[in-house]
Amino acid sequence: MAKFRVVHYINQFFAQVGGEEKADHRPESREGFVGPGMAFNAAFGDKAEIVGTVICGDSYFNENLETATKEVLGLISSFKPDLVIAGPAFNAGRYGMACGTVAAAVERELDIPAITGMYKENPGVDSFKKDIYIIETKNSAAGMRDAVKVMAPFALKLAAGEEIGASVEEGYIPNGIRVNFFEEKRGSERAVDMLLAKLAGKPFTTEFPMPDFDRVEPKPAIVDISKATIALVTSGGIVPKGNPDRIESSSASKYGKYDIEGVFDLTESTYETAHGGYDPVYANLDADRVLPVDILREYEKDGKIGKLHRYFYSTTGNGTAVASAKAYAAAIGKELVADGVDAVILTST
Amino acid sequence: MCTVVPISLTVGANRIVPTVAIPHPLGNPALPLEEEQEIRRKLLDKALKALTTEVSEQTVFE
Repeated sequence: MAKFRVVHYINQFFAQVGGEEKADHRPESREGFVGPGMAFNAAFGDKAEIVGTVICGDSYFNENLETATKEVLGLISSFKPDLVIAGPAFNAGRYGMACGTVAAAVERELDIPAITGMYKENPGVDSFKKDIYIIETKNSAAGMRDAVKVMAPFALKLAAGEEIGASVEEGYIPNGIRVNFFEEKRGSERAVDMLLAKLAGKPFTTEFPMPDFDRVEPKPAIVDISKATIALVTSGGIVPKGNPDRIESSSASKYGKYDIEGVFDLTESTYETAHGGYDPVYANLDADRVLPVDILREYEKDGKIGKLHRYFYSTTGNGTAVASAKAYAAAIGKELVADGVDAVILTST
Repeated sequence: MCTVVPISLTVGANRIVPTVAIPHPLGNPALPLEEEQEIRRKLLDKALKALTTEVSEQTVFE
């Protein structure tokens, strides 16, 4: 079988054109491998060969994104490659963005498989992990040898059209794609195995990694609660009866905003829950159990709080993506601030 | 206000008031309405206390 033709994309630094002072280097191409391409070429053995290298300065690329991409794609396609490797970029941000842009454009516009490699915190990861395979590398060029060891065989697999396994097996950064398959051991057995490994201090691989949540500074205390306007927000899915906005029972794609002016009690005939992640019987009978409008009205009347805000906000926090929740919070927060709300009681189920 | 406090801690809430149960955080359907409302008052009093208390880190108001 003929060798796969590979084009390698690298920046001015790895091409030994220069450092930051040469970051405005315009795209150029050279025959064969340059710099780190030598290690890739060696790792390919008789299966593939780097036929050309395309070089571009990181600043030039990022400052002239559209034209640079076009120029680089032109140079790459002139070599008629079967496969394109960009980087690896390790933790270099602009280089990572360039590698991601190039690899994604090669796949999209030239229909040629392309991969890159980056450190997990490279900003190029979040921008491109869903579009292309990004092999996880160390954070500096000292990790080149390890990166080549994973990237070269993976690239060959991709070029040959072989089936690509899970991210943990192949070494790429998870791209969010899940594939159904039958596991030999059932869930309870796998969970106990993991727990035993954890107790013994041994390594184990979670089947559902938790997202990284951010932290916020606590706000100062309310000085006089008897003058404060308090809003109710809930992830418990309380909505007017009939769920007028059709908020989904799980993985909500929206939140609702509901006027409770003149509402003193949430009753079975007026409110219900849209949430599909808990037994709805109790909330449907009396939604005050999730959204305590009745008692806050009492507190408002007695002067214990200044005012219950005219609107409450609600979504279902059931399987809802962190990114969606964050977006809802930003939108709701903005309105609450604009409306002069002093404090929020968020109830969750 | 939530029942599963570890989740609130994980997601980064700063003032946390533990509640009754997942499907009825601010009530207890086993009790007559008046007693249920009394539970609701107690929990909301804690929430108001949380809002009027300075905190420098995540705090659970038991």
